[in-house]
Amino acid sequence: MQKFDRHQGLVAPLDRANVDTDLIIPKQFLKSIKRTGFGVNLFDELRYLDEGYPGQDVSQRPVNPDFVLNQPRYRDASVLLARRNFGCGSSREHAPWALADYGFRVVIAPSFADIFYNNSFKNGILLITLDEATVDRLFKAVEANEGYRLDVDLEQQRITTPEGEILEFGIDAFRKHCLLNGLDDIGLTLQDDAAIREFEQKHRQARPWLFRDTLHVEPQGEAS
Amino acid sequence: MAGQTLYDKLWSQHLVKERDDGTALIYIDRQLLHEVTSPQAFEGLRLAGRKPWRLDANLATPDHNVPTTLLERAEGNTGIKDPVSLIQVQTLDDNCEAFGIEEFRINDARQGIVHVVGPEQGATLPGMTVVCGDSHTATHGAFAALAHGIGTSEVEHVLATQCLLAQKMKNMQVRVEGTLGAGVTAKDIVLAIIGRIGTAGGTGYAIEFAGSAIRELSMEGRMTVCNMAIEAGARVGLIGVDDTTIDYLWDRPYAPRGEQWDAAVADWRELVSDGDAEFDKVVTLDAAEIEPQVSWGTSPEMVANISGEVPDPDAVDDETVKHSYTRALSYMGLAPKQKITDIRLDKIFIGSCTNSRIEDLREAAKVAKGKKVADSIKLAMVVPGSGLVKRQAEAEGLDKIFLDAGFEWREPGCSMCLAMNADKLGAGEHCASTSNRNFEGRQGYGGRTHLVSPAMAAAAAIAGHFVDVRRLDAETAGAAQPQEA
Ligand code: SF4
Repeated sequence: MQKFDRHQGLVAPLDRANVDTDLIIPKQFLKSIKRTGFGVNLFDELRYLDEGYPGQDVSQRPVNPDFVLNQPRYRDASVLLARRNFGCGSSREHAPWALADYGFRVVIAPSFADIFYNNSFKNGILLITLDEATVDRLFKAVEANEGYRLDVDLEQQRITTPEGEILEFGIDAFRKHCLLNGLDDIGLTLQDDAAIREFEQKHRQARPWLFRDTLHVEPQGEAS
Repeated sequence: MAGQTLYDKLWSQHLVKERDDGTALIYIDRQLLHEVTSPQAFEGLRLAGRKPWRLDANLATPDHNVPTTLLERAEGNTGIKDPVSLIQVQTLDDNCEAFGIEEFRINDARQGIVHVVGPEQGATLPGMTVVCGDSHTATHGAFAALAHGIGTSEVEHVLATQCLLAQKMKNMQVRVEGTLGAGVTAKDIVLAIIGRIGTAGGTGYAIEFAGSAIRELSMEGRMTVCNMAIEAGARVGLIGVDDTTIDYLWDRPYAPRGEQWDAAVADWRELVSDGDAEFDKVVTLDAAEIEPQVSWGTSPEMVANISGEVPDPDAVDDETVKHSYTRALSYMGLAPKQKITDIRLDKIFIGSCTNSRIEDLREAAKVAKGKKVADSIKLAMVVPGSGLVKRQAEAEGLDKIFLDAGFEWREPGCSMCLAMNADKLGAGEHCASTSNRNFEGRQGYGGRTHLVSPAMAAAAAIAGHFVDVRRLDAETAGAAQPQEA
C-alpha cells in the first residue's frame, strides 16, 4: 500500500450528499480482472452522457461538460470534497480502487459509510471527517478560488488552507500508523517476516517433502 | 490432558504466531490458483511491487470458465467465446508466466478442476495446509490436509507472505458407522449428513469424518464427502490417514519418493485424532439407514430419500422453515408431498469437483451401459474432472458407453456446476446434477437443480425421472408398457 504522510493537492468539490458506491463505480465494471483501471469509469454516470460498458474506448464517449471533474480548473484534483454519507451502498472494494486509480488521495466529508471507510484505508486513501459547517465553508472557498489547494499533514493531523487557516482532524491511532507506514494486512504480516522465515526453515527440515525444491524427485513433464 | 484431534495437530504444526486479538498466522504449504479469484491478487502484488513468497508452493489451472466442447477446446484459449471468460483465462496464463508459477494450461492433459487436479498429481499431501480461492477446497481434507477456501484478498496475502490470518475453529466429529447398502455412495452419505445437521450445522467447526463407513470409502469417495463440508457450514472437512490414503499417493508425480517417501509415511501415520481426543460436538449416523438421496429444494439441506416425498410446508411448525420450504417449492415447481420418483428431469449433469473422478464415471457408466437416455431428456452430459480422468475413462471405454447411451462426452472443467461457461440450465428446467449446490439460479437463471450421486444421475437420465438406481432395471422394463402417465 502507498504510504501517506503529507499531501498537497488541488481540491474538487462534489456537491452532493449520499454518493453511493454504484455512483462511484457502476456494477457493469465489476467483471474486470483488475483493481486498477477503474479510474476512467469513476462516477461514470455523472461524467459521461452515454451508458458505459467495460472495455469501451472512453476517449470516444460524449462527456458531460457540467460535471465538476470535467471542468478544466479541476483537472488533476487529488483531494475530493464531498457531502454527508459519502460511499454508502454495496461493499465493493472497487469504489476505493476507482478513486485511487483516478488519483484521489484524500476525501473530505462530514461523514462516510462504514464499509467504504474501511475499504478506503486499506487502499491508501485518507478519509477526513470535518463538521458540516467547516465542509460548507470549504465548498464556498473552493468554488470562489480557482487553483484552491489544501495541505494535508497526517502526522500532525492538520489541514492547512491557502489562507493559512489550520483545520485539525481526528483519526484512530491504528489506521494512522498503517497509513503512515504504508501497511496493509500484507504489510503487517510482513513485519513478522523473520518469524515466518524461522518457521519455514524448521518446517522444511522436519518435512522436506512439502517443499518441491527439496523433494526427492522433481516431477517432470506430463504425468501418465 | 486429553489427546489432540487431527485438526489440533495440523493447526499446531503450522502455527507461526498467535496475536493478542486471537488471530493467528498459519503457514501455507500449497496454494491452488484458478482464473476467477486470482487476477486481482496478482494485480495487487504488482501494484505493491511484491513477489510471491515461495513459487513452488503454488500450482495453477483454469477450470471455472473453460468451454467443454471438443470443438471449442481444439482452439485453446481462442476457442473461448465469452470475452470476459477469455480474458480471465488469458490473464491466469500471463500471470503464471510472469511470476514463474507452474500452470496446467487449457489443453494440457493435467488441466482440470483444481480440486481434482491437486490430489491427482499428489500436490495435495497429508499434513499440508492447502488454500484455494474457492470454497470447495475442503475436498483436500480427505488427505488429512488442513484445507481452506479463501477470498481474493487472502489469495494475495498467501502469495505474498505464505501465511494466512486465521482463527482456530472448534472440533466436530461426524461418525458414520456400519455398512452402506448396495447402490448407496459417498455422495449419499454427505447429503444425508447435511440433511441431518443442516447447512449451518458445521459453522465455526472443522468437521472430521470418521467411523467404519468412512474408513471403507476409497480416497475418491472421501474427497466427495469432504468436498461438501462447506455445504454443512464448515470451512474445513477432514479424514485421518490410513492405508487407503497412503496407497493412493504412491507414485503420484508430486509425492515424495525413495527414503523421503518412507519418512513421509511415518509422519503421515500420526495424522489421526488421538483415541482420547475430545470433540466439541459429535454426530453419529447409521450407514445402513442411508438411502440414495435427492435434493428437492434450493439448499443442500433440503434432501429426501429416493423412496420419500417432497415435504409439506403446512406440516412444519417452525415459521422460518415453513416459509423457506414454501419458497423453495415454488421456485422448484414442486407440489407438497409429491413423490421424489415423480420429479421429471430435463437435463442431466455428471461432473464437478464433487463427482467427476474416475470412480464416479465408472459408477455412472455401469448404470448407463446398454441403455438409452430417455427421449424427454434434452441434454445429458458427462464432464470429466481433469484431462487425465478423461484419458483414463476413454482407455476403459467409458466414453463409448456414455455416447452409445446418448450422453455427451465433454472436455474437463467446472462446466454446469456454476454455469460460468456456456453450459447452463434454461429457466424452469429440472436437472439431476452430481454437483454440490442447488441455490436458485446456480446452474442458470431460473434453473432447478437436484443434487444426486453419479449413479442416481445416470439412472434418472435413463428413466427421465428420479428412480431408485437399485430398481432401475425393473422400472425401465415396466416403462416400456404405457402405464406411467
Ligand atoms: S466444480 Fe463447481 S464447486 Fe467445484 S470448483 Fe468448480 S465451480 Fe466450484
